[in-house]
Amino acid sequence: MNSNPNSEFQIPNSTLELLDFTLRLADDAVIMGHRLGEWCGHGPVLEQDIALTNTALDHLGRARSLYQYAADQVNRLPVDEKKKLFTSVAFQNLVSSGASVDEDDLACLRDCWDFRNVLLVEQPNNDWAYTIARSFFYDAFNYFFFTELVKSKNETLSSIAEKSLKEVTYHLRWSSEWVVRLGDGTDESHARILTAINDLWMYTGELFTMNETDKVMFQQGIAPDLDQIKTSWLASVRSVFSEATLTIPTGTWMQHGGKEGTHSEHLGYILADMQFMQRAYPEMEW
Amino acid sequence: MTVHSFQEHFDKLIDNEVTIEPKDWMPDDYRKTLIRQISQHAHSEVVGMLPEGNWITRAPSLRRKAVLLAKIQDEAGHGLYLYSAAETLGVSRDDLYDQLHSGKAKYSSIFNYPTLTWADMGAIGWLVDGAAIMNQVPLCRTSYGPYARAMVRVCKEESFHQRQGFEIMLTLSNGTEVQKKMAQDSFNRWWWPSLMMFGPPDADSPHTAQSVRWRIKRLTNDELRQKFIDVTVEQAKVLGLDMPDKDIKWNEERGHYDFGAINWDEFYNVVKGNGPCNKQRLETRKKAWEEGKWVRDAAMAHAEKRKTRMNKAAQAA
Repeated sequence: MNSNPNSEFQIPNSTLELLDFTLRLADDAVIMGHRLGEWCGHGPVLEQDIALTNTALDHLGRARSLYQYAADQVNRLPVDEKKKLFTSVAFQNLVSSGASVDEDDLACLRDCWDFRNVLLVEQPNNDWAYTIARSFFYDAFNYFFFTELVKSKNETLSSIAEKSLKEVTYHLRWSSEWVVRLGDGTDESHARILTAINDLWMYTGELFTMNETDKVMFQQGIAPDLDQIKTSWLASVRSVFSEATLTIPTGTWMQHGGKEGTHSEHLGYILADMQFMQRAYPEMEW
Repeated sequence: MTVHSFQEHFDKLIDNEVTIEPKDWMPDDYRKTLIRQISQHAHSEVVGMLPEGNWITRAPSLRRKAVLLAKIQDEAGHGLYLYSAAETLGVSRDDLYDQLHSGKAKYSSIFNYPTLTWADMGAIGWLVDGAAIMNQVPLCRTSYGPYARAMVRVCKEESFHQRQGFEIMLTLSNGTEVQKKMAQDSFNRWWWPSLMMFGPPDADSPHTAQSVRWRIKRLTNDELRQKFIDVTVEQAKVLGLDMPDKDIKWNEERGHYDFGAINWDEFYNVVKGNGPCNKQRLETRKKAWEEGKWVRDAAMAHAEKRKTRMNKAAQAA
């Protein structure tokens, strides 16, 4: 896209908020897919290795649709505005060259502070219990979130939500069943899932905080009210925990920052892996 | 029937190309040979997930990442069908794992080589899966029914893998100088180990004659190797890559490519455990299995609890 310094074109704020929102959903999906992909070849039993890879593929597929949509939004902006979006030198160089941006540029040329995923999804796999607890919290959120997002006034997001809902319905069933199996399995599995739930609980609050982007998206009828989602999510967690003989952690202090680009230490390592090829061998077709 | 007449009946089925099914009588050695071959194949699929799994987190694009994940998932699926086929011969998956983990059972030696660059994802698909297909297509007509049927599905997917590997190589060879270099380097490293995948020369292959007689094997190691070389040389030309063997030369008289000496010393050493990654691969598999024990135990314990509860509820009703 050619820049036009005299352009009268003004970006409505909502455009940037839509981009921020789209990227957050994409980043959540790509990081979760990355984490689940780390299990491939290392699962506790072959059938579950396959199930995890399947889920990783679903997340990755959703990430791609969302990044493509985000790239489309970015490419509509004048160069000067594009440059203001993300800080990394790699991204700045790309935009300055006049090249258009694609899904891989968004995934691989932004640094941590421009990633918008929630802290929950970047937490490490640790063991099967942590992986299950993390998936369960995220899957339950996705299920209620995408159920609402189907009704979005934004057609692209609505159609992505519709496709995703079929997938996340299955993901939630799978991770709920595992929470029950581990909670109501052996003493060891009960202890392990309990530890995982207690440790990850403080990362669940961020799923429901309404930041500026969320408020604008809600006002415009693009995204749902996260407060309502929280109520459904909590009811679902309670019900699964009760079957699993587990209780909701008592801690109420919640971590925040992912949605605004302040991440845990873990994200840097994920990006170092994920972005390595694009950084070492830039601007090539693969 | 006497053992003798069982044997005659079995031989007749084999000679008439009728498949042997799990409940049919079969000679002990036939059963043992099949268990060895099918489980080796299953182990190869599962261990084979590791060298490619290395690159899932580092794939150069999201599309490549998705294709790679799907491919490795297929391999896990192949492992499953093959373990199931082996189970029809009266051995359990857990026993087969024990044999793998103790080092008693082998898997394809190719997976003891490291994946060092992205191009290795291309070379593995193109050469390793290509060689695997050469080995496996004849197995779709192997004499043991469950194995033959599993192989039909495996071969369909393997041929897709081979094409996607070739496509990675093609993209690299049509790319920048650096990408071409990456492709050539990878070709150089994977070529010889791929030729070794067909096993030792016929003269030194202890099982070949009997396996051909039983129609477990349809073509000998050397026949398959030659077929693979003939096809691959032509494909390398399309990619514009140099053959890693300077002795490759078309032999008009034989109607085949001649090729240089294979380093069988290296092959036997890698089989023995001296390959660059033997220890690492096996340790990784063992670790996954051991660390998964509490998960499998929990699933079993929960299933038992459910069953007990349902029985109690049924009795109360």
